[in-house]
Amino acid sequence: MEKIPKIWRENLITYGMVIIAYAVMQILISFGLVSRLVQGLLVPLCIYVILAVSLNLTVGILGELSLGHAGFMCLGAFAGAFFSKVTVDAITFSPVRFFLAILIGAAVAGLFGFLIGMPVLRFRGDYLAIVTLAFGEIIKNVINALFVGLDSNGVHFSLSDRAALGLLDDGDVIINGAQGIIGTPQDSNFTVGVLLVLLTLFIVMNLIRSRDGRAIMSIRDNLIASESIGIHVTKYKLMAFSISAALAGVAGVLYSHNLNSVAASPRAFGYNMSIMILVFVVLGGIGNIRGSMIAAIVLTLLPEMLRGLDRYRMLIYAIVLIVMMLFNWSPKILEWRERHSLRELAGRLRGRSKV
Amino acid sequence: MSFINYVINGLSLGSIYAIIALGYTMVYGIARMLNFAHGDVIMVGAFTVFFGVSMQGLNPIAAVFVSIAICITLGVTIEFIAYRPLRGAASSLVVLITAIGVSYFLQNLALLIFGANTKSFTSMVPINPVRLAGGEIVISGETIMTILSCIIIMISLTAFIKKTKPGQAMLAVSEDKGAAQLMGINVNGTISLTFAIGSGLAAIAGILLCSAYPSLSPYTGSMPGIKAFIAAVFGGIGSIPGALIGGILLGVIEILGRAYISSQLADVIVFMVLIIVLLVKPTGLLGRKLQEKV
Repeated sequence: MEKIPKIWRENLITYGMVIIAYAVMQILISFGLVSRLVQGLLVPLCIYVILAVSLNLTVGILGELSLGHAGFMCLGAFAGAFFSKVTVDAITFSPVRFFLAILIGAAVAGLFGFLIGMPVLRFRGDYLAIVTLAFGEIIKNVINALFVGLDSNGVHFSLSDRAALGLLDDGDVIINGAQGIIGTPQDSNFTVGVLLVLLTLFIVMNLIRSRDGRAIMSIRDNLIASESIGIHVTKYKLMAFSISAALAGVAGVLYSHNLNSVAASPRAFGYNMSIMILVFVVLGGIGNIRGSMIAAIVLTLLPEMLRGLDRYRMLIYAIVLIVMMLFNWSPKILEWRERHSLRELAGRLRGRSKV
Repeated sequence: MSFINYVINGLSLGSIYAIIALGYTMVYGIARMLNFAHGDVIMVGAFTVFFGVSMQGLNPIAAVFVSIAICITLGVTIEFIAYRPLRGAASSLVVLITAIGVSYFLQNLALLIFGANTKSFTSMVPINPVRLAGGEIVISGETIMTILSCIIIMISLTAFIKKTKPGQAMLAVSEDKGAAQLMGINVNGTISLTFAIGSGLAAIAGILLCSAYPSLSPYTGSMPGIKAFIAAVFGGIGSIPGALIGGILLGVIEILGRAYISSQLADVIVFMVLIIVLLVKPTGLLGRKLQEKV
């Protein structure tokens, strides 16, 4: 029997972890061992995992800092929810409708990722961070002020208020400013979420191991060197950035179909959300896909686990975050860990027994 | 006439942004890090004054000094505990995330002590409004105080950096840490000093901000912090006159946009202007271009 190549094995372990976690969760649910609270968290967990894995494509694989990921999620959420609300009577078979909504959400977010990426990706480092943050906030604020109505004359847009749409009597307001879209069908569930997580992992992990992926990573490692061997830097940067945006759009569609309304609130799509996703990526290990996944799950469940501590839980979360960062990255602590690691200890014991 | 009033309000808001942006820009210039917790130091400064004056009946002037002292201590402590151990870490993202952790920590600590309710802050400025042109142009006491403080801070800070030894040390460290150390400059001490100055300025900005816009909650500092950071980038991060120009422009654009275009889209306009400026001049208005070496 031939040995499975190492890369495949690594990928299979990642898929396997998701599938096992899903199976265990389903068994626990069927025995009634999972509280309502945790059950309500299952779809958001899938959303965060998709967001973290897709942001890792930009931050870890492309090596560029983006703080506007929630903006792309917002675009996907609204594009998907808009489609679902308009076609809720026309397409009654919900899996097909949801599938189309996901395609549309991903396409819209990916398109904007491409359009925004074109001028923005020439910035580097902290400048890119602040510009992506600005774009994320622009998207959120514009959608928050956007009114879209539909009547027999077609689609109407306005950025001021509902009355400015000038709808006919048969018209209906689809996106209602700060209230957003109310009455999206609740098509998301845990199974669909896990399928989308697997799809995201499949796309990202295959991209990394492809010729294109290696080109993207060479840009991360040394831009000038990769340019000099003929790699089309702009093309690959845009490729990674728009795929990452499209996947964030998928997460957005999942989000807007989880509850029956979606609003462009700062809580859901503001820069704080982008920062939270970045925290998942960095804590899970920059460039480590499986790490992002685990960090997203642990950090989402952590505040819920700490619920018993009530008012102190977010404070403890903050302290845990700081301590984990110091423990994982401080040069002095790393050196100390090196000296006191188990392997080192074992080596010392072995050395002593020889004598 | 209302246009002039808007511009004056814009100057006032812009001066506050400029004072906050100074803290960002100095810390960035020296430690090469985005101190996301800077906005929350503003909030701590305002809460200290609120607690001192409204709850303990302290003399307002004494409260302001206590607040500055507390913020300086806080800034230096944060740097010592959270940022210093990470100096020389593999990725600059690491310090950014730690700063976000510190920001969460300060917000939630304030939430725990003072609760989530918005407090109404009593203005600390004892100046009466000035009316010009037959009462059509009104300049509030807070505006006068804010603009005055901004000017005083700018002049004294520039003098400090140009004329004093610690100021020159700050310049040297921001230029080249290793070389500065070889010249016998205490790099850690200089960075602590930068954090102290930045945090002291944040306290002043917090008090001025809450005097002009009298609502105070644990999240008060967060948005002005982001805006001020944008102002710093706008003017060219690392540059002190840049922070002033960026802050003032941002404040005026925001107030005019809110008045004439749309109150909901004011932030959109601010961010758009930032993006356009950076596309035309990628290092900000007064930023220096660094040559990349192969």
